[in-house]
Amino acid sequence: MIEIRDVSKSYGATPVLKGCSTTVAKGEVVVVCGPSGSGKSTLIKCVNGLEPFQQGRIVVDGVSVGDPATNLPRLRARVGMVFQHFELFPHMSVRRNLALAQVQVLGRSAEEADARGLKLLDRVGLAAHADKHPAQLSGGQQQRVAIARALAMDPVCMLFDEPTSALDPEMIGEVLDVMVELAREGMTMMVVTHEMGFARQVAQRILFMDQGEIVEDSPAGDFFAAPKSQRAQLFLSRILHH
Amino acid sequence: MGEFDFSVWGPSLPFIRDGLLFSLRLTLIAMTGGIVIGTLLALARLSPFKPLSLAAGAYVDTMRSIPLVLVILWFFLVIPFLTGKPVGAETSAIITFTAFEAAFYCEIMRSGIQSVPRGQVWAAQALGLTPAQAMLNVVLPQALRNMLPVLLTQSIVLFQDTSLVYAIGAKDLLKAADVVGKNYNRPVEMIVLSALIYFAICFSLSLAVRQLQKRVAIVR
Repeated sequence: MIEIRDVSKSYGATPVLKGCSTTVAKGEVVVVCGPSGSGKSTLIKCVNGLEPFQQGRIVVDGVSVGDPATNLPRLRARVGMVFQHFELFPHMSVRRNLALAQVQVLGRSAEEADARGLKLLDRVGLAAHADKHPAQLSGGQQQRVAIARALAMDPVCMLFDEPTSALDPEMIGEVLDVMVELAREGMTMMVVTHEMGFARQVAQRILFMDQGEIVEDSPAGDFFAAPKSQRAQLFLSRILHH
Repeated sequence: MGEFDFSVWGPSLPFIRDGLLFSLRLTLIAMTGGIVIGTLLALARLSPFKPLSLAAGAYVDTMRSIPLVLVILWFFLVIPFLTGKPVGAETSAIITFTAFEAAFYCEIMRSGIQSVPRGQVWAAQALGLTPAQAMLNVVLPQALRNMLPVLLTQSIVLFQDTSLVYAIGAKDLLKAADVVGKNYNRPVEMIVLSALIYFAICFSLSLAVRQLQKRVAIVR
């Protein structure tokens, strides 16, 4: 579903990604972890072309992201993305947040988009909040709306960029619950997160990144039982002790 | 001249009203046109296409470096010379103010557009919106909202600046006061009256903008 081959990127002389390669199969859940500044957010933003990359190749569902001939908006419409800071549109009601791209990008009718949006809001437990504005919701609720907004586009895979890092601890659970359910239903997911509990529960594979490199790419069980690299061992011991 | 005689204010009112209406009309047209053209200029300035952004930048910098009175005079005198047709003072004033104010609204809208967090653009693009759709649906509405108090403050300044059309004889509030003052030989009283009207309007609008600013601040 997602194939990343030898991807490198630098800002001027500073390399941020160095020869990253991996694949995410259909229905697979892959968690990307690593210390801050390791390039994990940049890597995941390269997958839908929000960040350009200078070298290598990324193919999503058969479409090459870096190819200048690729219609990026059309590709992105099929790849859901959830951000650390939710990024709901603050000037629109929740209902319109969900409907906007369905109407403008997929060409659905307003009624159809609204119905689909409400169904997904119901699924994340927020149907009662459809007419509120994002600022009236808690962080956890906003992130659930953001997940529903991405799902409303019927994506073939979902990218999560630290979806719980900006949340108060008591709200992390409600967002992870939605994500776990999504994973169980067979959604292809690439998730940048520090939530190792979530990773243990649903991830098939763990990528560990450090200084722009994918240092480790292992089945989740192996990674938690015995990380191969010293850097991953150190990282795990640090975050698991908190 | 001796004593002040404010009894001239009564009979002057119909003229003053007409002048004021023109001043307001000029302000509203220049504001609307200026914000629309200014937004287009801002988009041009932010465009990755260099010739476009340079041209827009040159226009804005030129307008902002010349005193408004000169632009008003220049436009009024040069356009008939170029087209061979005289333009009325009022039409000339409307075009000049729209073109001039667009440069100022451009800079306001540019900072408004830049005030919208990058994550909002990412989110719009991640949903498959094209850059134009993202700009229209996500960025511009937020930029306008963020900049509303500044846009309105600029428009109050614009209303005051419309008095400069006096220079080309367009019949605005100040010109009306001037004409009546000369006819009744009461120029000082009429200047005082026009000043009071400018003050009353601008001061109350400023207060209104301040209230609005508080509300916008809470909504954010």
